[in-house]
Amino acid sequence: MIELLFVLFAAVALGSAINVLVQKHVLYSSLSLILLLTAISALFVLMQAEFLAVINVIVYAGAIMVLFVFVIMLLNLPADEDGVDRLRWLKLLGIPMVLFLLFMVVRTVWKVETDAPAPQLAGTAQAIGASLFTDYLLPFELTSLLILIALMGAVVFAKKDL
Amino acid sequence: MIEYLSSRDFLILFAKMITIFGGVMGALAYTTLLERRIMAFVQMRPGPNRVGPFGLLQPIADGLKFLFKEQTVPGTANVLLYYAAPIVSIIPALLSFSVIPFGPDLKIADINVSLLLIFAITSLGVYGIVLGGWASNSKYPLMGAMRSSAQMLSYELSLTLSVVGVLMIANTLSLTDLVKSQQGTWFGFIPKWNIILQPVAFIVYVLSGIAETNRLPFDLAESEQELVAGWHTEYSGMKFAMFFLAEYANMVTVSALATIMFLGGWNGPAFGPWWLQMALPTIWFVLKISGFLFVYMLVRATIPRIRYDQLMHFGWKVLLPLALANILVTSFFVAVL
Repeated sequence: MIELLFVLFAAVALGSAINVLVQKHVLYSSLSLILLLTAISALFVLMQAEFLAVINVIVYAGAIMVLFVFVIMLLNLPADEDGVDRLRWLKLLGIPMVLFLLFMVVRTVWKVETDAPAPQLAGTAQAIGASLFTDYLLPFELTSLLILIALMGAVVFAKKDL
Repeated sequence: MIEYLSSRDFLILFAKMITIFGGVMGALAYTTLLERRIMAFVQMRPGPNRVGPFGLLQPIADGLKFLFKEQTVPGTANVLLYYAAPIVSIIPALLSFSVIPFGPDLKIADINVSLLLIFAITSLGVYGIVLGGWASNSKYPLMGAMRSSAQMLSYELSLTLSVVGVLMIANTLSLTDLVKSQQGTWFGFIPKWNIILQPVAFIVYVLSGIAETNRLPFDLAESEQELVAGWHTEYSGMKFAMFFLAEYANMVTVSALATIMFLGGWNGPAFGPWWLQMALPTIWFVLKISGFLFVYMLVRATIPRIRYDQLMHFGWKVLLPLALANILVTSFFVAVL
């Protein structure tokens, strides 16, 4: 049952991820991205990380992507047209990137120890909060500093005369 | 852990799903009638009272009318998204009932982050409005959709932050545990409800809840004097009805959350024979929700709509600082006591 659900949601995630890239219209791309985020949340649930799944949906699908869609609607962007090959040589760069990515994926899959027991309660709000404020305190604080800087930058851009 | 259900458990679960879904859908249909009757009462006119005794068959007549109406699609609309938008709107609205505990045993799923799950699901509901407004490809729906997305993002912030104080006191994210933490009384007569400990959070929550469901005085997204009907101007028939039901379902969800977090959920005095004692928690819960819905309708009937800049100022400069201050004060007391 769980394997079946995993295959289902993984297929949805992969399909929508590819759709993000191939769609010509920006709005369709961002809608596929929302679908991708919800499918990944479903995968989190299958790994019993309900808190992560829910936070993923709240932050990305529920807030950030709404802003994306809002801006797309506000500018009413038309669909991309064919024939713009400004990025012709960049496409060639894709081949080594894909090979590198494949190499990393294969290495990661080989390294997983399947017999290791899943840590109990790893996905609860309590466990995540505790590890954020003990083991990962420095990255956590640095990230919040980064967000604060971005926030101040946005205010500076928006206000012409401060 | 993910457990496998036996066939008997599955049957019980299925029965619960049917009960809750049927009950909620029926209640939603009659909430529309109730709203029209109460507004008529406030405005001193009879309201819909012709179909059946006291107009009780009006929701059924409305449903039939929606089914048989002509399905119009604007010629310049994006057809795929135009059809998808009402579905995107109603699915999250109904999905959130899967974790709301209507009584000690009457709930479909009980997960340890059910409160956050409801916030996550309802935050997806905005896409129905946004897509509906955009896909109609016409002026007023687009303006309504843009207003609504900005409004819902702004008020979601204070809605979520207002809850944090309650969560710090109850120390849980599960709706069932939230209700259980409010059992009992102080001094024998004051119920141990969070509204007494968190009055500011309650006010912030209710106000942002009204804004979040796009209801008057915050219904800028569909303000009929300026935008015809806002984001659902181009919708008719059952597609319109889905938007309509989603709005009412969101109202019930917000009221149910307010009841669970601030008014003790299904807690209430128990008395009478055993069959009444079994039904009483659900009755208390439904009564409290109805109280909230009644306030919603009175507010709609009596308070005029505010301007858009006032709406944004109110959300960002009044409600958000209030919610943050409430978190500060609450965390101080939680740390000291």
